[in-house]
Amino acid sequence: MSRIAARFKSLAAEGRGALIPYLEAYDPDLETSLALLKAMPAAGADLIEVGMPFSDPSADGPVIQAAARRGLKAGATLPGVLAMVAEFRKENAETPVILMGYLNPIEAYGYDRFCTDAAKAGVDGLIIVDLPPEEADVIEKPAEEAGLDIIRLVAPTTSDERLRYVLSHASGFVYYVSITGITGTRTASKHDLKEALPRLRAATDLPVAIGFGIRSPEQAATAASIADGAVVASVLLATLAETLDADGKATAETLPRVLEQIRDLAAAVRADVPAADQTA
Amino acid sequence: MADPVEHGITANQANSLRHGPDERGHFGGWYGGRFVAETLMPLVLELEQAYNAAKADPSFQKELDFYLRDYVGRPSPLWFARRMTEELGGAKIYMKREELNHTGSHKLNNVMGQILLARRMGRTRIVAETGAGQHGVATATVCALFGMKCVIYMGATDVERQSPNVFRMRLLGAEVVPVTAGAGTLKDAMNEAMRDWVANVADTYFLVGTVAGPHPYPAMVRDFQSVIGEETKEQMQAAEGRLPDVVVAAIGGGSNAMGIFHPFLDDSSVRLIGVEAAGCGLDSGKTAASIERGRPGVLHGNRTYLLQNADGQIDEAHSISAGLDYPGVGPEHSWLSDIGRAEYVGATDTEALDAFQLCTRTEGIIPALESAHAIAYAAKIAPTLPKDTLLVVNISGRGDKDIFTVAEHLGVKL
Repeated sequence: MSRIAARFKSLAAEGRGALIPYLEAYDPDLETSLALLKAMPAAGADLIEVGMPFSDPSADGPVIQAAARRGLKAGATLPGVLAMVAEFRKENAETPVILMGYLNPIEAYGYDRFCTDAAKAGVDGLIIVDLPPEEADVIEKPAEEAGLDIIRLVAPTTSDERLRYVLSHASGFVYYVSITGITGTRTASKHDLKEALPRLRAATDLPVAIGFGIRSPEQAATAASIADGAVVASVLLATLAETLDADGKATAETLPRVLEQIRDLAAAVRADVPAADQTA
Repeated sequence: MADPVEHGITANQANSLRHGPDERGHFGGWYGGRFVAETLMPLVLELEQAYNAAKADPSFQKELDFYLRDYVGRPSPLWFARRMTEELGGAKIYMKREELNHTGSHKLNNVMGQILLARRMGRTRIVAETGAGQHGVATATVCALFGMKCVIYMGATDVERQSPNVFRMRLLGAEVVPVTAGAGTLKDAMNEAMRDWVANVADTYFLVGTVAGPHPYPAMVRDFQSVIGEETKEQMQAAEGRLPDVVVAAIGGGSNAMGIFHPFLDDSSVRLIGVEAAGCGLDSGKTAASIERGRPGVLHGNRTYLLQNADGQIDEAHSISAGLDYPGVGPEHSWLSDIGRAEYVGATDTEALDAFQLCTRTEGIIPALESAHAIAYAAKIAPTLPKDTLLVVNISGRGDKDIFTVAEHLGVKL
């Protein structure tokens, strides 16, 4: 069983959903982001998304754009991101790591070689924002051979008919983009999420994680209870950005503040009864 | 005698270069495509259906023809450039006068087609990206004409160097949003327009200005621009009784070039030359020549030649012309380059400035800096060609917007 499947299975047995925090590789530098990655499981991360910085993140809001710029400025490359995951895997064999990013750096790396190297580094799945199933033939075969899941995004605009098509190309889990928009902007209401989930459940047996616009512990708890997981990204990157000095360098506050926020999110997700809903 | 028919197409059609892209939106099986976030996929598919339906509806073409004639001012003339021809002493130079269109460039051909389509689709809000501001002005113009809300994304650098066009757009009622990300040029404006679209899917139509982006944009924009080449073919027939020998056009995203090339793709005697902006020189590291100095990759919804580093990060382009300052190119051009049907060359900032003055001085036509790149290459090869060679250069826009930039480079204070 893959790490991703094993993790969702054990969480289901616990009767709770997953907290899936996001970090941008090399933000604001390799050392800090690697230390953050290593500390995330103990802070309550059940799965981790690692952003691969790209020069033109056209589906992302200002917060992730800025993080990607910091990462690139710090020298992020795809081989560097894979080396970072490999370093993490020396200490952690259980927590699934999903790489999230855009297609062009992967195409430049070479699809076969990338899938082989990513699996070797200990990557479990890929989310490629600008690769719809219509174009995914370039990577599906090498990913499957390497044992990498291709995690599919589905959106409120995805029709029932299209949902079946998209999910026929999905593995690992399904990432429900809960709003129409870019990352870190709007937030879906509990009502909207409750309406959306049965449609997804009817179309797939894969676990469903909700992302885009989850900011507070309450929202994370709601999403993780309605679905099987909550992805939290922009709000963590915003906290990280707040702790940087005037030159954009990490400070003594950077790691503690981000980890504290993850602990708060994890506590809410793990609470027996989800905290009072503030989004309905 | 009828052609044998297979899969609904005749053998003659199958041999044509004019039937791309395939149903996935790929040119030559690799370039183009639909590389967008899932949120946008249903919209892109809906657009394709709506465009196909419009294309098959004679009333749509009739409506478009009406606006092209009475509002845009088509057909545009094909002008024999006598003094430039004499000065250069070689090929007979004709100019396709797209700068005479309403709003001063070829951009309105495409914008008029897409705004009619957006209206058919019931959209009420238009977003667009712009580099030099020509596409932004054209879009703001049709939005004023039809009373639609209009938001134009423009790189902050371009807002500065194209201030007359910014003022025009605002007069026309558009909201112009300066984009400060990256180098603040066309690439960054395109990113921001895509972000707007994904956040406002219900009422918004993304009016792409060039033959790039996810399928069906490259094919649709090409179709709307092909009126340039179709007219050129007829006009040259009337003037000289035959096809031109050489057609030269400037390339940023490549819509004016695709528009004039496409009707000639199957006429193998016609040399098609796309002139990219070489900036400070093809090997200076400050260039916008995506085909000559880039390699294939994926950006802004399509696979095409891109200026990028070894890690697949997109480079900043450089050109004196804001309209050509883009690190990619339309996917059909990438394919035409690979199969050798069209040639792609470069003209530098300096060559474009020289050509800008040559055209103004000899023909009394102030060309856009974009078009000046095409003129520069035409002027370079014309003297090497026999006097009976018919060379058409596409004057895609007029240069009034560029006089400040040109004055600055010539050391003149306005």
